[in-house]
Amino acid sequence: MNEEIITSGRMNYKIDPQLHIWGWEIPLYLFLGGLAAGILFFAAFYYLKNRDQEMPSAIKTAPLITPLLLIIGLLALFIDLNHKLYFWRLYTTIKLESPMSWGAWTLMVITPVSIIWSATYVRELYPSWDWKFKWLYDLEGFFIKNRKVLAWIMIFFSVILGIYTGILLSAFNARPLWNTSILGPLFLASGLSAGAAYIMMTSVNQLERKLFSQIDLVLIGIELFLIIHMFMGFLASTEVQIEAARLFLGGPYTLPFWTIAVFTGMIVPGILEFLEIRGRRIPAYIPGLLIIIGNISLRFIIVYAGQASRYLY
Amino acid sequence: MRYAMAIDTRKCVGCADCVVACQTENNVPIGYCRDWIVENTTGTYPQLQLEIRSERCNHCANSPCVRCCPTGASHYEDGGIVLVEAGDCIGCGACIASCPYDARYPHPDGYVDKCTFCIHRVRDGQKPACVAVCPTHCLYFGDLDDPESEVSVILKKRKYKTLIPEAGTDPQLYFLT
Repeated sequence: MNEEIITSGRMNYKIDPQLHIWGWEIPLYLFLGGLAAGILFFAAFYYLKNRDQEMPSAIKTAPLITPLLLIIGLLALFIDLNHKLYFWRLYTTIKLESPMSWGAWTLMVITPVSIIWSATYVRELYPSWDWKFKWLYDLEGFFIKNRKVLAWIMIFFSVILGIYTGILLSAFNARPLWNTSILGPLFLASGLSAGAAYIMMTSVNQLERKLFSQIDLVLIGIELFLIIHMFMGFLASTEVQIEAARLFLGGPYTLPFWTIAVFTGMIVPGILEFLEIRGRRIPAYIPGLLIIIGNISLRFIIVYAGQASRYLY
Repeated sequence: MRYAMAIDTRKCVGCADCVVACQTENNVPIGYCRDWIVENTTGTYPQLQLEIRSERCNHCANSPCVRCCPTGASHYEDGGIVLVEAGDCIGCGACIASCPYDARYPHPDGYVDKCTFCIHRVRDGQKPACVAVCPTHCLYFGDLDDPESEVSVILKKRKYKTLIPEAGTDPQLYFLT
């Protein structure tokens, strides 16, 4: 038996009896950031491969939503801060050891780039659009000429953004569930998968839809592989990590994780996409929405469960 | 200079005087505390063992909170004391999530707050408030680099442990066993 009582009335708000410093804001942001990273990655990737004609949705239409996603995400991050008026302190320093610091700087780069990228395609997609001022037309011309540079910046920073959403958590060794380097690639894969799902849903081009359906299938496979790997790592590790894995293997997060995040969000859409590739006609928004649901729930579950996992002493 | 604290778990009776002294000295908002008492019972009845610990921030030499802080608000002061600069803190909670000892809390004013080893008293040559009031004299504070300091002397004489050394934080609270 090992009983531990904290006397002296320690009941610090958001710390006791269980850590709950991060609510819905952080997982929502992690989802939106990952989704935006996924969309921007594919847009830049296929642009650099000179596929603008075959990939109208991936390169032109889908990125239109990314500024909105990133701005809502930033807003959620801002709401999460307890000392809001000091938020600008993030931008008076660069701390390479702190993932949150370089994440903040990454957002500082990728948000304007996503706005510029979308703006260069607005007139092509909506011919009646008017920029009102001549200097805006000049600026548009300048950026259209330099799209290639934009695409390189985007591909680089979208990968950082996607990985960062996972590394943000894995940097905390105090929370054994988060403290695994698998979270970076897992969240990157899941963000790319959400991005591909969004492109698949908005695409009107049969070939493009099929391609992204295949990409999604591969990404789901990678995600499942990483999840299995993560649990293998936990179970072969120290007691605190075994305890963390138990949250999902019989503990309180077992049901939501395996049914919503893994089964509904990965396995079912995976099967549907497989059937589609085999020639069955399946409306793209069914697997697409399931993937998005799985993505949101994966992040919510990992963020909440991570705060429940702790060192035992 | 390396400030550290030793806590004699054999002398501590868990009266929580240190907790109240800290709250008074540092104006800790009602409902919060920077230090606390843990009573740990192990064994099977009737062979039970009780350990009472007065705990606070471990002022780790390899602090995850300083590492995770995106603005540099969490930093090392002279003597290795880990402090939060309220004017630099954005209240993101990264340091709170990164602390394996859960020693930090969000102050109602927005910034993150924690034990300071009473640096304002220490700089004046006084002891931290919790050490000064302890009725059983079970708390020892001082400079580990000074072989004559209270804490160096007691650590030479007694066996001790630190909390979760496997977290790699190099904690500077030594519990005499």
